[in-house]
Amino acid sequence: MSAWVQLKGLDFNYGSVCALRGIDLRIAPGERVALIGANGCGKSTLLRVLDGILRPSAGSIVRDVRMRQALVFQRPFALRASVLFNVALAPWLRGLRWRAAREQAREALGRVGLEALALRNARALSGGQLQRVAFARAWALRPDVLLLDEPTASLDPHAKREVEALMADFASSGMTLVFASHNLGQVKRLATRVVYLEQGRVLADLPVQTFFNGPLGQTSREAELFVKGELG
Amino acid sequence: MKLTRRILCAFALAAAAGGAWAQSTMVMASTTSTEQSGLFNHLLPEFAKATGITVKVVAVGTGQAIDMARRGDADVLFVHDRAAEEKYVAEGFAPRRYPVMYNDFVLVGPKNDPARVRGKDIVQGLKKVAAANAPFISRGDKSGTDAAEKRFWKQAGLDNRGSGYKECGCGMGPALNIGASSNAYVLTDRGTWLSFKNRGELAILVEGDKRLFNQYGVMVVSPQKFPHVKAAEAQKFIDWVTSPAGQQAIASYKVNGEQLFFPNAGTAN
Amino acid sequence: MNTFQESLARALQLVAQGDAALFEIVARSLSVSGVACIGACIFGLALGGWLGVARFPARGAVVTVLNTFLAIPSVVVGLVVYLLLSRSGPFGFLGWLFSFKAMVAAQVLLVLPVCTALTRQVVEDAERANGEQLQSLGAGGVLRSLLLAFDQRYALVTVLLACFGRAISEVGAVMIVGGNIEGFTRVMTTAIALETSKGDLPLALALGLILLTVVLGLNAGIALIARWRGAHAEGLALAGASA
Repeated sequence: MSAWVQLKGLDFNYGSVCALRGIDLRIAPGERVALIGANGCGKSTLLRVLDGILRPSAGSIVRDVRMRQALVFQRPFALRASVLFNVALAPWLRGLRWRAAREQAREALGRVGLEALALRNARALSGGQLQRVAFARAWALRPDVLLLDEPTASLDPHAKREVEALMADFASSGMTLVFASHNLGQVKRLATRVVYLEQGRVLADLPVQTFFNGPLGQTSREAELFVKGELG
Repeated sequence: MKLTRRILCAFALAAAAGGAWAQSTMVMASTTSTEQSGLFNHLLPEFAKATGITVKVVAVGTGQAIDMARRGDADVLFVHDRAAEEKYVAEGFAPRRYPVMYNDFVLVGPKNDPARVRGKDIVQGLKKVAAANAPFISRGDKSGTDAAEKRFWKQAGLDNRGSGYKECGCGMGPALNIGASSNAYVLTDRGTWLSFKNRGELAILVEGDKRLFNQYGVMVVSPQKFPHVKAAEAQKFIDWVTSPAGQQAIASYKVNGEQLFFPNAGTAN
Repeated sequence: MNTFQESLARALQLVAQGDAALFEIVARSLSVSGVACIGACIFGLALGGWLGVARFPARGAVVTVLNTFLAIPSVVVGLVVYLLLSRSGPFGFLGWLFSFKAMVAAQVLLVLPVCTALTRQVVEDAERANGEQLQSLGAGGVLRSLLLAFDQRYALVTVLLACFGRAISEVGAVMIVGGNIEGFTRVMTTAIALETSKGDLPLALALGLILLTVVLGLNAGIALIARWRGAHAEGLALAGASA
């Protein structure tokens, strides 16, 4: 099966701080990869490198250019304008004419169930609604891969459920998911594969069942402790 | 909205200004004391009626006025510092100097006159100011008035002008303001004093001394040096102001019934 | 206290009389500063927006120098422009000295650094907070600065008001390059300076009060329009009207 993206020996430095070290990773279409690890382990940096807004300091990243990706952030940003404008912005920035972009935006809002809010001021939305708008914005691009940086971390339980449902919905229609999360329950529910990062290195990369139920072995001692700590 | 309003406003004024530009104009560099006396408001409309030329007066200190003319930024120079004017002609910046009118300086000070300067002798008066260490405000700005004041001190032979001597580096009005609020002595021209409103406790204490004579001269800025100068209009102004009509206009200017300036064109001043 | 009461009375009297000279001076002040602000802010917003987003090696030095120009005295700007526009200067051939154009030019130079520096700060803060997300959507540098400037438009309105305030309140530049010529280049601030130097303090203060009242009126008008616009937009959205 051809890969969406392949990373080889990838490093990323923020100035003198090393955020990613020697990452070797291959992600195939249709996978649902969860990135887990303590704060500062490099999950967010890795997502940004995968999205393309950060370029590696060393090593290589090769993407299938026929596949498109979109990144959803933990705290989505919306301009002081209508929800429709914010969502239409995404396809417009990728080259669509404004009228067509607006149409795609309307469709996207329908997909996430927020058509009624199209003309509302985006700044007036609740956290959960805004995150769903962000999903709509990402979906308006018809991405093949959806990257998510702790998408439910700032949400209340009800909103969390709604957003997770969206993630599951998108995944079930064939979208590849790569998401960072602190919520191990969420990881169990949504992921097919778990990548555990510590201090910029991949210490474990296993199918989800194996990761949570099977023996993790010596190299994943840290992963085991992490999982135990988080689950405790 | 703000943008639209601003644009409309700008266009309105630009249109008005555009209309004004159609008439003949010229720039006259003169001194603040002359303008503030109100003379030009009386004189220039008459000149405009006679010739159709609008004179734009830029009133600054004499030093600045001469500097302006030196750069060719004015067409006519109308100041009251004979030495500086003659130097200007000698350096070729003006073909010649025409005396036009005179007035006088007066020494004002607190009504109760602590330094006992009251009288008709300016040099004696200054000596007494220095001796009493009385507060004295000097303009210190290379103006005609300032040049005259420095002349009088020199004539008094005094380097030490007393501990109350202060230079403000300012125009006549501000100097009088400072003098009024600190009850100080100030040398001023009569014209400015008569129209000055913030007198406080000040009054005229020394006047009538022949040395207090203040001569005004007018010059065309040399078209040789500055080809763009409106020499024809400038010469028209000089011709008019030294003519009987212009001289009469000067004489007829009065403040509170008192004549401020005395025409003396054609004399050897 | 006497002077203040007298000034207030004088101000009311001047306005009630509909003094033509006063109206001319007020209109001139507004148009000189208004035109200067429009001119300066078109460049300032663009330049400041770009600086807020751009990253290049000497950027820190450029920003420091730019911020220094925030403190340039208006009289220095006036002097520089005077020397440039003087007949003996490089732009003397324009013949702009002692005219409306010269005053606008001087105020443009005065206001441009203010607009640029403040816009830069506003856009840079917005870029730091949210630039990444816009970048992720595919917005390049120029587009980001435009989008962020649009997002921060209320803060930028305050920047514009600050620029207008700087322009309409300054006296140094406009005095030197304009010459305070009655009927041609006299504006509110130079008129106030003149009356002060003539010793007519109540009149000077009265003119100051009138100037402040005019600017107050302008600001109030802007605030009301903004509120009306905001309420109108909300109403449309709630009514669910289609765009």
